[in-house]
Amino acid sequence: MSAAVSSRPETLTGAPFHYCPGCTHGIIHRLVAEVVDELGLREKAVGVASVGCSVIAYNYLDMDMQQAAHGRAPAVATGIKRVLPDRLVFTYQGDGDLASIGLAETVHAAARGEKITVIFINNANYGMTGGQLAPTTLPGQVTSTSPGGRDVDKMGYPIRMMEMLATLDGPAYLARVSTHSPAQIAKTRRAVKRAFEAQMKGLGFSMVEILCTCPTNWGLKPVEAMKWLEENMLPYYPPGEYKVAEGV
Amino acid sequence: MLEEILVAGFGGQGVLLTGHLLAYAGMLENREVAWIPSYGAEMRGGTAHCTTIISDEEIFSPVVEQFSSALIFNRPSLHKFEKRIKPGGLLLFNSSLIREYPQRSDIRLFPVPANELAARAGLDRAANMVMLGGFLEATGLLSPDSVIKALEKVISPHRRHTLPANRQAMLEGSRAVRTIARQCKAG
Amino acid sequence: MKVLMKGNEALAEAAVRAGCRYFFGYPITPQTEISEYLARRLPGAGGVFLQAESEVAAINMVYGAAGAGARVMTSSSGPGISLKQEGISYIAGAELPCVIVNIMRGGPGLGGIQPSQSDYFQATRGGGHGDYRLPVLAPSNVQELVDLTCLAFDLADEYRTPVLILGDGILGQMMEAVELPPVRAAAPEKTWATTGCRGRAKNVITSFFMDAADLERHNLRLQEKYRAISAREARGESYLTGDAGVLVVAFGSTARIAKAAVRAARAEGIAAGLFRPVTLWPFPAELLNRAALQAGAVLTVEMNYGQMVEDVRLALDCRLPVHFYGRGGGMVPGVGEIFREIVKLGGETRERCRVKPA
Repeated sequence: MSAAVSSRPETLTGAPFHYCPGCTHGIIHRLVAEVVDELGLREKAVGVASVGCSVIAYNYLDMDMQQAAHGRAPAVATGIKRVLPDRLVFTYQGDGDLASIGLAETVHAAARGEKITVIFINNANYGMTGGQLAPTTLPGQVTSTSPGGRDVDKMGYPIRMMEMLATLDGPAYLARVSTHSPAQIAKTRRAVKRAFEAQMKGLGFSMVEILCTCPTNWGLKPVEAMKWLEENMLPYYPPGEYKVAEGV
Repeated sequence: MLEEILVAGFGGQGVLLTGHLLAYAGMLENREVAWIPSYGAEMRGGTAHCTTIISDEEIFSPVVEQFSSALIFNRPSLHKFEKRIKPGGLLLFNSSLIREYPQRSDIRLFPVPANELAARAGLDRAANMVMLGGFLEATGLLSPDSVIKALEKVISPHRRHTLPANRQAMLEGSRAVRTIARQCKAG
Repeated sequence: MKVLMKGNEALAEAAVRAGCRYFFGYPITPQTEISEYLARRLPGAGGVFLQAESEVAAINMVYGAAGAGARVMTSSSGPGISLKQEGISYIAGAELPCVIVNIMRGGPGLGGIQPSQSDYFQATRGGGHGDYRLPVLAPSNVQELVDLTCLAFDLADEYRTPVLILGDGILGQMMEAVELPPVRAAAPEKTWATTGCRGRAKNVITSFFMDAADLERHNLRLQEKYRAISAREARGESYLTGDAGVLVVAFGSTARIAKAAVRAARAEGIAAGLFRPVTLWPFPAELLNRAALQAGAVLTVEMNYGQMVEDVRLALDCRLPVHFYGRGGGMVPGVGEIFREIVKLGGETRERCRVKPA
């Protein structure tokens, strides 16, 4: 199957990614595309792009897509899914979008057990606007709006979405994965597949949180960024499956 | 013909329903009708009231400053609305609960002991139907049959067995008003 | 056959009959009956009622559902409509058809729950960010709540635009006898909708244009659409305007009260008339000018402190003195108050305002 591995998934348009060198958005786009291909769902899929670096994800994914206002992707996906209950409907959101301005939409879509999938990119800062403090920025982490490092006394603590949502009854599948090694990327692919399958089986809300690098805004080289993620983000955001409902 | 009718009392007295039935009956008789409730916090304190407009022509203003008739179910409503009845208009009030006599001398007054008469009809809750029966007797505005038809349409299924008592309550109300009218003539 | 219905419920039923099967809303007085009615009605009609977690979520659910090709509606009152503005701007930008209802109450801020028309500016100037317009329909009785709701869905689909129905607490709460339209067949298929790209190239719904030249082209296209709507869709009603020396201009339930005042003025021998814009955007400027041909003075009456009066002045291009009378905060102008204003103007321009003997 080596030929298949190196060819472009049908669900990717082939447009060159605009992402920075070492950013893992491109890898995740590809994983999503591969899983959609594998499940044969490209013509039944409606994706929702959010506001952030991935705002034009619809240029890369060759499927029907809507672009949502900042934080509102789960509400937009809810509207789509309620009209088209047999389609694969998913959002692709960053941490500022999902865990800050769109926290209410995320939590309530999860609580309703909305049969959508959320692909959640956690890179511990607002990437598109140039690296500001995000709800996921680690204690002490320097960003352009926490120049002295995140002071938890004044700026509070990061939000662990998986742990929070796992307390709800609505989600069917919740998993946190990472992109810092090939083994982790393989796990990420499996998690995305399980999430999509949970949705298509009508089991409830599913979400995959993916820890990603942002070398440009972190001020690190790509390889250093991988190391930084592993050393700093993994302890704070432990990977694993946080909820697996029966039947997933 | 343009009748602008106020119904006022407190919540639970069937005030809004009374206005609703008038409007419905008016529609059944091919009149133009409008029903405008008071809404909001007032519904749960002091008085509840609504306006029913019945006309032969298109109804313009849904907001009425001076009413041609008023059905007043309790004392606070009397105080609030007595001055807003047109000279020559009609005031029908529930004398079971309103022990004082209205101040106005330029309108027609009908004290109706609605609670007692409702009890006599066998349905304590039907004081509003007594008032309605009295109002139709005093004005001849609509046929009581139309009101009963309207009630049949809006009543919930588990209350249908009260229809005869409601009809009886209307009859009690119209009888009371007939008696007053006779006394007035005699006096 | 006519039925007696509350304005809010009649509007909701009309929406269902116009093919709307999806409603996303959040409770707020005085329009909650729309939600309550549709919560009972839609599931049986093969549709979906969903109470959203917020006004913001509700309008974004509308965005998603509209993009998926459905006839969809949301409703609220002033404070909630303010929250929805972000979504309305996106819907206008992405050119999605939907219907938004504002049953106005007094503001600003939390204001009160009594009727008002103080959201005229917000409604007719777009409301949210960016250069956009949306058709605004102003019913003045329960029958029109029904008819204009049906029209709203048609305009929305025809022009791919959000359409706003601007009512007020009186209209929403009052009952009148209405003729309901027959149930319509499903809405026409929308080839641009995101339904899954089987057998065609993908569809993308977005209001995002990274390149300024692209965004300008998009805006120019929108402006062209707004010009077409302005040219074709302006609506208004004239009452006794043929010889009217004093022309009253009012919309919504205020127009009904003003109509009664005009009739009272006529009974006093004053040649008053009423012009009622049915579309607030596009503002029916031409129709207003026609109604004002004989007028010596214009009186705009609103349940606010002077908003539509600016459009009246613009439309008349300072040709006539335009006066204003308004009540706000949930207080409703009475027939007597408006009558007195008409009489005042009738006195000032006596020559032109007397009814000429036949």
